[in-house]
Amino acid sequence: MEHEAHNPALRHHFADAQQQKNAASLGMWLFLVTEIMFFGGMFCAYLVYRLAHFNAFAAGSQQLNIWMGATNTAVLIVSSVTVVLAVKAAEAGKRKVLVGYLVVTVLLGMTFLVIKGFEYREKFEKHHVPGPTFNFTDKFDDNGKQIPVNPKEAELFFSLYFAMTGMHALHMIIGCGLFTVLAVLAWKGHYNPGYFTPIENAGLYWHLVDIIWIYLFPLLYLISRHS
Amino acid sequence: MSEHEEHTTHSQGFYLAIGIGLLVLTATTVGAAFVNLGPFNPIIALLIATIKATLVVLFFMHVKGASEKLTGAVVVSGFFFLAILLSLSLADYLTRSWR
Amino acid sequence: MASTVIPANRAPAPTPKLNYLNNGHTLKSWLLTTDHKRIAVLYLISVTAFFFLGGFFAMLIRLELLTPQGDLMQADTYNKVFTMHGIIMVFFFLIPVVPAVLGNFLVPLMIGAKDLAFPRINLLSWYLYIIGGILISHVMLTGGVDTGWTFYTPFSTEYTNTKIVEAGLAVFIAGFSSIFTGLNFIVTIHRMRAPGLTWDRLPLFIWSNYATSLVMVLGTPVVAITIVLVAVERLFHLGIFDPRLGGDPLLFQHLFWFYSHPAVYIMILPSMGVVSELIACFARKRVFGYKFVALSSVAIAVFGFLVWAHHMFVAGISLYAAMIFSFLSFSVGVPSAVKVFNWTATLYKGSISYATPMLYAFGFIGLFTMGGLTGLMLATIGIDVHVTDTYFVVAHFHYVMVGGVLMGYLGGMHFWWPKITGRMYPEAWAKLSALLVFVGFNLTFFPQFILGYVGMPRRYWQYPPEFQALNVLSTAGASILAAGYLLPMIYFVWSLRYGKIAGANPWHAAGLEWKTTSPPPTFNFDETPVVTWEAYNYDEIPPWERRAPVAR
Repeated sequence: MEHEAHNPALRHHFADAQQQKNAASLGMWLFLVTEIMFFGGMFCAYLVYRLAHFNAFAAGSQQLNIWMGATNTAVLIVSSVTVVLAVKAAEAGKRKVLVGYLVVTVLLGMTFLVIKGFEYREKFEKHHVPGPTFNFTDKFDDNGKQIPVNPKEAELFFSLYFAMTGMHALHMIIGCGLFTVLAVLAWKGHYNPGYFTPIENAGLYWHLVDIIWIYLFPLLYLISRHS
Repeated sequence: MSEHEEHTTHSQGFYLAIGIGLLVLTATTVGAAFVNLGPFNPIIALLIATIKATLVVLFFMHVKGASEKLTGAVVVSGFFFLAILLSLSLADYLTRSWR
Repeated sequence: MASTVIPANRAPAPTPKLNYLNNGHTLKSWLLTTDHKRIAVLYLISVTAFFFLGGFFAMLIRLELLTPQGDLMQADTYNKVFTMHGIIMVFFFLIPVVPAVLGNFLVPLMIGAKDLAFPRINLLSWYLYIIGGILISHVMLTGGVDTGWTFYTPFSTEYTNTKIVEAGLAVFIAGFSSIFTGLNFIVTIHRMRAPGLTWDRLPLFIWSNYATSLVMVLGTPVVAITIVLVAVERLFHLGIFDPRLGGDPLLFQHLFWFYSHPAVYIMILPSMGVVSELIACFARKRVFGYKFVALSSVAIAVFGFLVWAHHMFVAGISLYAAMIFSFLSFSVGVPSAVKVFNWTATLYKGSISYATPMLYAFGFIGLFTMGGLTGLMLATIGIDVHVTDTYFVVAHFHYVMVGGVLMGYLGGMHFWWPKITGRMYPEAWAKLSALLVFVGFNLTFFPQFILGYVGMPRRYWQYPPEFQALNVLSTAGASILAAGYLLPMIYFVWSLRYGKIAGANPWHAAGLEWKTTSPPPTFNFDETPVVTWEAYNYDEIPPWERRAPVAR
């Protein structure tokens, strides 16, 4: 592994390239901690309300499209693999492979968003969007027993659903934008085995967005599916 | 001056294996949701989610084998303070009905 | 750059011609700077402007409260006045002031670095602060908000007609300014310390800013998402806190206070760090119990996250949760007390002198102790039930925020003014101002403890006539306090042109920042220092440096 004598990417307030890389990495990790706490507030709301209104939450969950949700989970997992392989390619100096993996990641991200779009449309058609058009008449199917639920509490479930998945989708959009920019810069040759820190750090961001979905999926879609 | 850099790059096959493991775990959690496990359904679901998250953190985010323990400490602290938010809020909500 | 071992007792270099202040005269060189020192000066100007804006609202409050009747303004207007006072003072003054002004300037200098880890993000932090400031000013000019700075639901989500979303956006953006500053400090302190500067040799100001930064990074995102949820409820009917949907208005309070309590530690910790520096210098002694003081900063930061619901004792939380939070709130007083005891022990048998920074440090210790003890009183549920939402609480938090944070800040500004500007301030006027601040402060806020105890509620625009005498005293004190704040504005600006030229180390203080020139060059040090000495090595300072600090 070689070090450039003076990599043009070295910023002058750092003593050397290794210090800069370590600083950038720690900075990104701290930013990810802020993201954990940011989504954490909504997870807190979810936890409190699910305990208080289990039946309504279960009924709402049963109305979500589990196959779209599961597919999206798989899409994100595959995109995390492509991100890791992109970083590996950057480290090996394989420019075209790097760009390829970055582009595939963006495409997978957009696939996720398209599927989410279909889901949202389905919610809209079933009148499950909170607000004046909300109308929930489904029951909680508890092992065959049809338990009626308070539609207001179901509206609370869907409020959280849209808030949490909406915020997640916003982070996906940002991630797609980020990787698009990096793909262009990578194509132009900005990254080499001595400097590919932005790829690594953007990768960390993407993995965290994946982890957030890893928790969102069972919490929102799988509350009570046995019937 | 050159320090030992963290080169935690595993092989392509290793990352693919982790990815397949994550997909299998996803299928498992979906399957488990259709089985009536009573109060254990949410526990199993969260356990599987945590295993998946741990795999991503350790291997995709290169926390395992990182040259400094600081990275791990940062990750743990993030989840720790989230746990504080959740648990102390629950200390209120779970005891509201106690008399 | 070459590294050289700088002996602990080398005489400082003479003032150079080129320093960070005159290195570039254009507006662009200031507005697009990435030099942490220039960014600190930009913050100094903007934070001071917001302080006086918040002070203007305080003046309106105190004027209204001169008489028992509501005669200066409508009740609704009064609600807006105290809300704007709170929002501006909390989010646009107290939270940024010491980290963004003194921290930005000093952290790289104190650790021997050329700049913070992320200079461009540092500039971004300032712009985010300014954008948040413009938004909140726009809110103010177009009607203000009237919910109190605490934005409680359901009033803020359902019933108020004021510009909640815009005010929330202003606070959200200012919050990111805070997050990025904290992130920058943590990375800088971990990664960019000079060779030989181990953690146990760091100045306590660095330890405090490090602990503060932990709170900024961990806590601020929670209030950010809370503001988003309020906005989303107002804009898109996603009723997360709406009781009609089974939501809980108290959940808002849990999420809000999860940040806003640690936020008060963001405010006080850096000022405590300043006090440690001042006490050591003006007692010419190492800080007693250095390790305890350093770790107490981290302890305050961590424990501070465990106590938030003491703001909610009477809001409707369960009694059992109240008891848990009350107990935890007592525990957070312990590390603060550790600091006070160690400062006192540092003073014992020290060689004490009374320059203005030391006067502010003494003021801090006394007033913070009073504020802290009354905080423990409020942590006691039995007392809190009676005095919550009264002027007792108002007095408590002003003792810690004004008597604590602001005193520490003023002490620090006087102490480091020569380093920042190369000039000394006029000592006699500074001492007078410190006296006015101390007297004015106590006259303003001590009567409020009594008012709260006898039952005057806070946020009320009129009150029973028997409370008038104390209110008049309080308003009188406020005018003295205002004079004490206006004088430094005048003499600091005066000193820029006419102040005595300070050398590199007019206080003969320990610390790397004093080993470079005043003002420092843009890249801080001509040679990267290599540190071989402990912090506060006042006993090693050579004879020609051992005179007491000059107080002209």
